[in-house]
This record gives sequence, C-alpha cells and structure tokens, in this order.
Amino acid sequence: MPVLEGKELRIVGFLCNWCSYGGADTAGVGRFAQPTDLRIIKLPCTGRVNPLFVVRAFLNGADGVLVSGCHPGDCHYTAGNFYARRRLEVLRELLDVMGIQPERFHYTWVSASEGQKWKQVVSDFTARIHELGPAASFSNCPAVTVETGMKAAI
Amino acid sequence: MNIGVFVCHCGSNIAGTVDTEKVAEAARSFPDVAFSTDTMYACSEPGQAGIIDAIKEYGLDGIVVASCTPRMHEATFRKTLERAGLNKYLFEMANIREHVSWIGKDKEANTNKATELVKMAVAKLRNNTELHAGEFEINKRVMVIGGGVAGIQAALDCADGGLEVILVERESSIGGKMAKLDKTFPTVDCSSCILGPRMVDVAQHPNITLYAMSEVESVNGFVGNFDVSIRKKATYVDWEACTGCGQCMEKCPSKKAEDHFNEGVGTTTAINIPFPQAIPKKAVINANACIMLSKGKCGACAKLCPTQAIRFEQQDEVVQEQVGAIIAATGYDLFDHTLYGEYGGGRYPDVITSIQYERLLSASGPTGGHIKRPSDGKEPRNVVFIQCVGSRDPSVNRPYCSGFCCMYTAKQAILTKDHIPDSQSHVFYMDIRSPGKLYDEFTRRAMEEYGARYIRGRVSTIQPRNGHYVVKGADTIMGTQVEVEADLVVLAVGAEASKGAGELAEKLRISYDGYGFFMEGHPKLKPVETNTAGVYLAGSCQGPKDIPSSVAQGSAAASKVQSLFSKDKLASDPQVSSVAMQRCVGCAKCESTCPFGAIEMTEFRGMPKASVVETVCQGCGVCAVTCPQGAIQLQHFTDNQILAEVNALCPY
Repeated sequence: MPVLEGKELRIVGFLCNWCSYGGADTAGVGRFAQPTDLRIIKLPCTGRVNPLFVVRAFLNGADGVLVSGCHPGDCHYTAGNFYARRRLEVLRELLDVMGIQPERFHYTWVSASEGQKWKQVVSDFTARIHELGPAASFSNCPAVTVETGMKAAI
Repeated sequence: MNIGVFVCHCGSNIAGTVDTEKVAEAARSFPDVAFSTDTMYACSEPGQAGIIDAIKEYGLDGIVVASCTPRMHEATFRKTLERAGLNKYLFEMANIREHVSWIGKDKEANTNKATELVKMAVAKLRNNTELHAGEFEINKRVMVIGGGVAGIQAALDCADGGLEVILVERESSIGGKMAKLDKTFPTVDCSSCILGPRMVDVAQHPNITLYAMSEVESVNGFVGNFDVSIRKKATYVDWEACTGCGQCMEKCPSKKAEDHFNEGVGTTTAINIPFPQAIPKKAVINANACIMLSKGKCGACAKLCPTQAIRFEQQDEVVQEQVGAIIAATGYDLFDHTLYGEYGGGRYPDVITSIQYERLLSASGPTGGHIKRPSDGKEPRNVVFIQCVGSRDPSVNRPYCSGFCCMYTAKQAILTKDHIPDSQSHVFYMDIRSPGKLYDEFTRRAMEEYGARYIRGRVSTIQPRNGHYVVKGADTIMGTQVEVEADLVVLAVGAEASKGAGELAEKLRISYDGYGFFMEGHPKLKPVETNTAGVYLAGSCQGPKDIPSSVAQGSAAASKVQSLFSKDKLASDPQVSSVAMQRCVGCAKCESTCPFGAIEMTEFRGMPKASVVETVCQGCGVCAVTCPQGAIQLQHFTDNQILAEVNALCPY
C-alpha cells in the first residue's frame, strides 16, 4: 500500500510492553530521530505474538514486520521471549513457503534502556524494507488456505 | 459502541509536529466514533473534566486518548473513566508523542501516522469488554536484599513501622561499602560511628530477621504474595553457638586467606570475623584457605572453641520465606582498575585503589590507621590521586559519571594531610563534580586549607623510578605536560553494577540497563519503584549514589512498602487468561507452557478442561498462542483485538 505517495512503506511492529515498547519510549524521550514508516502494536510479551499475527499482517499488505522484546533471560514473565524465539525462528523458515520474502521479517531484543539501539533497529529495518520495495500483493492468493494451514502448523 | 476520541496537544510536545486538529477530524470518520476533539493537555484537570463532560453529553461508552505513552498516563485516564462511571478497560491510548511527535519533524508524515495509530486504537477498543478486578489478600512481610546503608535504612524504617522484615545479605556481615570507609564527606564523620549503631539496631530489632551469608535463590509469585527461596551458605560454624569471641582467629595456622573486608590489603586467617563491629559478629571459615577443609588435617579452631561451634561438615541450606514486597538494595562494585594498563595497577604495589587507601586510613584497618606503602611499609610524602578511573570513559564502557569519586578524593586528600602533616597531595581531575549540600565548600577546603594541588588533566603513564613513581600527565589549564613524583598513587575508581546484579534482576523480573544497574519505574516520577509491582529499589543498585541519597532512597522505598501494605487486600489485574469451556479439548498444552503454573486441568462432565488460577496468572499470553483451538484467550489482548489492530493498519 503506498502511504504518503510512496514515501512510506507499511511496517508493523509487535512489541512487548516491558522492554522494547519502553525502549521505543526511551528513544522518543531522547528525541532520537527515526523513519516514520513503523506502526507499533503493544503486547504484554513477545510470548503473546502468535505467528499468525505476522502472517496476517503480510497477507493484508504489510511490507515488513518487526517483533521486538526483552533480551533472552530478561523476560518480565520469565520465559515468554524464549517461546517467542522458537516460534519466530520456525516462522521465518516457513515464510518462503508462503511466498513472503523472509527478509521482510525481523525479530530482535531491545531493553527499555536502549533508546539508541531502538533507533538503530528501526532505521536499519526501515532502510532494508525500502531497499526491497513494496511487497507483492496477495489479493490473488487463496489467503484463507494459507492462514488455515499456518494455524494447523503451530 | 459510542467512542470518543481526544487528541492531546501536550502543549507543543505533540502539536508542534502533529496537526492534532486534523487527526481529530479524521477520527470522526472511523467506525463507532461519535465524538472527536483535540485538547490542550488531556491529563490536566480541565482536560480530564472535558472527557467526563463529553462522556455524559454524548453518551460515550468507550474512550481513545491520543497522547503520550500508556506507560505514563494509562492509569490516569482509566481513573477518569471510572469517575465518569465507565468501566476502565473500555479505554485505549494511542502513543503519538514518544512514538510520533518526538522522533520526527515531518508534520505531514507525523499527522498521517498519528491518525493511523488512532484508527488502530479505535479498532481495538471496538473489541474491548468490561473487565472486573477481583481481590486478594496480601502478606505484610517485606524482604530487603542487601545489607548496605540503603538496605539497613529500608529495613529499619519498615520494621519501625511494624512490618516484619527479612534482611538478606550475601557477606557474613551487614554494613556494605560504608562499613569499609574511614570517614565520610563532607562532615568528616567517622563512618563506623554513625553506621555502627544502626547495624546494632538491625541486630536487636524484634521485627527483623537477618540472613547473613545468604543469597536469594529464586523468587516466585506476585505483589503481596512472593515465595522466596534463600540459600544460606555454609559457614562451617554453628552461629547459634558462636559468641564471636575471636579465639579461633588467633590460633588459626592458615594466615594467608584473602582479606576481603580489607580489600586485599594484607591477608587474614581462614576462620574469620571480618571486622570488630560486624553484625552478626560470628566467625566464618573460608573453605579454600582452611587446612582442615582442603587437606583434612588441623582442626585447631574446633579444639579450642569454648562453645564447640565449629561444624566442618556443614552444608548450604535453602530456606523458604513468604513476603508481600521486596526491596532490592544490592549496591555497587568498584571498577577493576587493572584495565588501565598505563597506570600499572596490579603490577606496581604502590598503585592502589581508593577503597584500599580507605582501609589504610582506618584505625580498624590492617595498618591500624597509619598510612604505609604496601611495598616497603614507609610513610609516603607525595601522594598522587587520579580521578575518573572507570568513570566518564567510553573506552572502558563506563561513560557515566560515578558521582561520588570527586568527593571521596577530596576527603582522602584532607585525611592524608591530617595523618602526615608534611605530605603533599596532587589530584589529577577532569572536572570537579560536587553538587551536594556543602560539597563544593568541602573540595575548596581540600585545596585552600589543606593545600592539595589540583591538576586538570589526564594521566598518560605511571613509571617506577628509584623507589618511587613518576606520574606523567597533562595540565590542560596551563597547556603543558607535567611530571609529578609520587610515593603512593591512589586511583579514584568509579562504581559499576554489583556482581550478579543481572541474575538477580532476572529472578525479580525487573529491568536493568546496559551497565547492569536496575531500572526504576520512571526516571523522574517513580525513582524507587520498578515495573514489577511490589519490587522496589534503594541505593546504588539503581546507579551510583552517595550515602545521603542512598539513605533517602532506603526510606523512600520503605514508605512505598508501607503505603502498599496500608490496604488489607489488593485488587487483582483482570487482564489474565480465560478459557472458553466449549472450545477447550483438554490437550493440556497450555498447562505445560505456562511459566507460572497458573493453569490447572479440571474435569467438566467427564471431559478434561483447562482452568486458569486467576491470582497466579501474570497475563503474558503464552498459553493463548499455544492453544490449537484458540480456546484460551488473554483478556484485553485477545486474538480478535490484536487482529483488529493488524487489520486497521494493513487493510488489504
């Protein structure tokens, strides 16, 4: 979807409330300038990120999806990001099968104090997505089938 | 649903780079939006009154506020909704300040992004339901981790307020870094004279249980109901029987054990009471240095102990405690100066750290308060102090200012002159940072009254020459190179996070920064809270602090615990998982993935079904992703709510 006449691409971020959302806040408070493409969805934990959300975002027109949470071992819920890491690692392998370029998906760990790092993650990922350009449309794909298949797989 | 949207200007914070009026106008076209406006300060009294008036006037039953981060004001606005008679979970926030206006200057792009964030919040809100909090009992006991001055203050304040306190200290005595200091700035108070009585208060307080030589092994549970395992490390001495007479220390033949309390200045015996004012005053055997424990021979201490307290067979013991709140006061460690090879730390015996120098100055230290060079025991004439060793230096990953080194260096320069009247102190400094009460006056006294020579500049090398050292550095005020001859060099080492701080943070489920210091809930408004309810911070575990600040924070944390415990019951967070019985197939996958053991398998009409223990559930949502049927859903973050957000952002 061209946003602002093609100046922006559609990037969705799934962030955990405790670390990365806080890190994005810290970056804001520190006035670290970032590209405007990213839209952040706040979740309690990356363990709440159903791979289906990522796939749905892509099917619905996202050009890039970013997941970010607490550093492994530093999860507010002890183990949520470990679950996330396993699921997202598997998801990345499956994206190609679904006709989604795996480069359009990225997951990372940013703590609430790492405003500077968050700026870097956003800038780098946005630059990568702009290099890839807008994603191909899924409007002709049997989206329902892919989604059902995903649901069965996880 | 009748949704009201309020777009906040936040003064110029948002309105400066976002066209808030346009955002509010666009919001009117979103489904279910019945009212939309922009407002100067939504969080202010008139701002909140405006929201309440609009709820009444337009019959709104759901509110979106587009303003700052929900981490700042979500609670504020939820209360506003309650005041207007709405359920507080029929509220969503769009973060258009931290995530929009503060990170970009392009007004068109920002306005567009802010509009979409509002659209997303509206989409989620349309799927929100009323949630109602339950209540649970709280255990009014508190655990303080760390028995330094901050922990002592917090423990005493809580105990004086009538709370039962568990104080856990990993060393064999409380007192922390302050107990090692000779004097304190800027009053030149004797450190142990002011700390000692407080330590005794801890020992004698009926409400305080002290676990020395102990570490927190694990923490489970939640605010009001923490279950803590504490590992009591083997001391090889029965502390019930030990009277602290010290006879064992006199007769112990192993005299080469590292003297931890004296920071490695000199050695000590394998069985040891670290210092005369130790609390508890009990002996501990250093297993590595003990001949009996390493070679199976000796046992001299066991033979002469008048109370037969020696237990060579003693093992670590794990005890369980239940508490309702936790105060972390684990303090700091000092920077390892050997990383600066040019200063010769570790190679030259007379290059020592400030805390080692503190032990030389102390009457209870290894030299009885006489300043003697470690190499030959002679009294130094020229003492050079080098500041910012491990502070304000990105090259060693310590870019922060440790805050108290300028002051303790001035104090040590003054004490040096007191001890050796014909001595001369030289201080290499970068800047003098002395912002506390009477601090600047104190550093001036060091210069003007005590004649300490302050040289602004960094030291490049220290080289030994003819029994003393040549310190070469820059004088950036004179614009010259300088050489100073020194008999003793004292490195003013900076502070770093306490060893094991990261592991403890993970056990407590609190955040820590890149240097290992614990993160406060908000740097300005929640200085002693953490993002985990019921866990508070005091002292240098949060960042380097001097004694007055540590004590103030200890008291602040204690008062936070008091206010938490002023209620008999707390409201539980209803944002927990819940099971749709008819969809649950009883596979128990959620039970095995839940990190908190919050899911139990029950039976319903002969079929296995999952059931959530609401007080144990923390609301992470791991179970919701695991369920193949979508039967277990995290309330307020259900699949439908999140997918509504995704769809709002990606509509194709």
